[in-house]
Amino acid sequence: MSEPSKRAPPRSAPVSVQRARLNAITELALSRFRLFYREPGSMFWTFGFPLVLSIVLGIAFRNRDPEPVVVAVESSSAATLARAERAREILAKADDVKVKVLPPAEADAELRTGKVSLVVVPAEGEAGYAYRFDPTRPESRLARSVTDDVLQRGEGRSDAFAPVEKTVTEPGSRYIDFLIPGLVGLGLMSTGLWGIGFSLAEMRTKKLIKRLTATPMRRSDFLLSFLLVRAVLLPIELAPLLLFSRIVFDVGVRGNLLTLALTALVGGLTFAVMGLFLACRAENPQIVSGLINVVSFPMYLCSGVFFSSSRFPDAVQPVIRYMPLTALNDALRAVMIDGASLADVSGKIGLCAVWGAVSFVLAVRFFKWR
Amino acid sequence: MHGAASEPRVEERSATTELSIHCNGLRKTYDDEVVAVDGLDLEVRVGECFGLLGPNGAGKTTTVEILEGLLSPSGGTVEILGRRWETDERWLRERLGVSLQQTNLPDKLTVRETIQLFRSFFTEGRDVEQVIDLVALREKEHAKYDTLSGGQRQRLAVACALVGDPRLLFLDEPTTGLDPQSRRMLWDVVLAFKEQGGSVLLTTHYMDEAERLCDRVGVIDHGKMIALGTPKELIDSLGGSQIVEITLAAPPSEDAARDALAASLADLAGVKASRFLTGRIVLTVEHLHLALPAVLGALRAEDLELANLSTHHATLEDVFVTLTGRALRE
Repeated sequence: MSEPSKRAPPRSAPVSVQRARLNAITELALSRFRLFYREPGSMFWTFGFPLVLSIVLGIAFRNRDPEPVVVAVESSSAATLARAERAREILAKADDVKVKVLPPAEADAELRTGKVSLVVVPAEGEAGYAYRFDPTRPESRLARSVTDDVLQRGEGRSDAFAPVEKTVTEPGSRYIDFLIPGLVGLGLMSTGLWGIGFSLAEMRTKKLIKRLTATPMRRSDFLLSFLLVRAVLLPIELAPLLLFSRIVFDVGVRGNLLTLALTALVGGLTFAVMGLFLACRAENPQIVSGLINVVSFPMYLCSGVFFSSSRFPDAVQPVIRYMPLTALNDALRAVMIDGASLADVSGKIGLCAVWGAVSFVLAVRFFKWR
Repeated sequence: MHGAASEPRVEERSATTELSIHCNGLRKTYDDEVVAVDGLDLEVRVGECFGLLGPNGAGKTTTVEILEGLLSPSGGTVEILGRRWETDERWLRERLGVSLQQTNLPDKLTVRETIQLFRSFFTEGRDVEQVIDLVALREKEHAKYDTLSGGQRQRLAVACALVGDPRLLFLDEPTTGLDPQSRRMLWDVVLAFKEQGGSVLLTTHYMDEAERLCDRVGVIDHGKMIALGTPKELIDSLGGSQIVEITLAAPPSEDAARDALAASLADLAGVKASRFLTGRIVLTVEHLHLALPAVLGALRAEDLELANLSTHHATLEDVFVTLTGRALRE
């Protein structure tokens, strides 16, 4: 220990109260930012996880050529062998059918286990075939329709007309186009709730909040610093995901980028404030993670992240429609896919903002500082 | 000197402005049942280091947190630097330094960043550089909190309390669990603060710490102040400077017989007080060379065999044991 100074220490120059407050908010926000980027876990959940999820789901649901239907032709006796062989030849010529000839027992076994979707049985002694399949399986019904079509034509049926086919694969209507805005919304919810709720509960467990209230720190500065950091991190979080989906999946943004940014900002802050509220009294991270799960899980399932929320029964639609993530996802999709304007999505954004405002009032009212 | 009430009101002239802390009839009950603080009076003068001693659960931390404005009392009045928490919280927060019993500062912030953060809350305060030197953490300036030793962490906690250039510093068990060298470094910090005119209220259950740092100490137990004075006054109140502890091979089994035995020893030459405590005879002795032969003779006459005998200089711990019949750390 160095010799302690005997003189009264010089106080650093007094600054104006406004500057001091700005300084406090800046320092609080800087601390939050440092704690964030020095924690590899939080970096992964914020930046890595949405990318990984979009890759995995993008691959799983990528647009593929339709799978051929798989059928077996049964050859039970010498009498029907020639006809079975003829059916196989006809079917083998079709692009969308995969065919093999099997003895009856094996054909049945493969049908049962789903290796083939349909068994073609040459009728004994007469022209024509019997089809054996399970009509409750969609792929079997498809196989029946395709196989019947091919065999009928092969046996000489003529079509009434030749249809012209127009297939839809342009960007904007694929599953990935639906998925990416949902992932953006999900990411905003998770980082808001978990990022803020968890760190607040941890601070309270460590009695750090109590320690801070023993200083002249303004409580509003403390709460604002959390929102400030979320607002700064938002674009840094979203840009990689949007850029990635643009490059890899060709998912673009039809609407105005500023409208998208504003939608994301309101949504992100809404969930950040909800995180503040959920953690406003929680004594430890376990309690807060329970609360966050209770709140986020219904939205995770119902708010149209992975599939449209309209798939749920009409009875629950009013509830689902007023969930903040539903509103946010709808707004994000409207802007990204349909090119909606700010006015178009203002209702949805407003709904989010109401959730945020109510949560903020409750959080401030019930916050446990000591 | 037994209890605050018998303590002479030193310096009646003391206007409240000359007191850093002034509290009267302080009470704190939880759920109307558990009484943590039970009518405590306390005065800490400007420029004084006051030590609050007591066993765990005596009400030390509750008292300190009420004084720090972190808990509200169930009854009684509190004035800090002549002001009240209800009306002048901001003013007070700017002028107090607080180190809680357990503060875990953020793991991933460095020493400098942490001090800077706390500095930003005060409109006026000390220079961050100066505080880093003051608590001797210059070498660890860029080390993150979770890499610091216990002593370094505690010094950082004190640095956060000092950075607002407080007039009054609260330290709740600042050296509990620290190694001797770390404790001395912290003592130096406190003494330097005092030398510059600051007032300190600290709680501890280390007697050497209280004797080294504190101008006055108060012993509290069950939420009440049971002794108050300078460390020397309290030790002198025992009536003798030496303590003799005797363990008998076969002590009397009945309480009455034990008390009678203890009482018989109290009248011997050089013995100031005698009592039976926690299985031993504890004697307060003024002149060891007179008392010891007399005591040994008396025991031999009673045909009582010794299992052990030890002597030491009287300490605050003996004051506490004498007052409560319990050891301080129980």
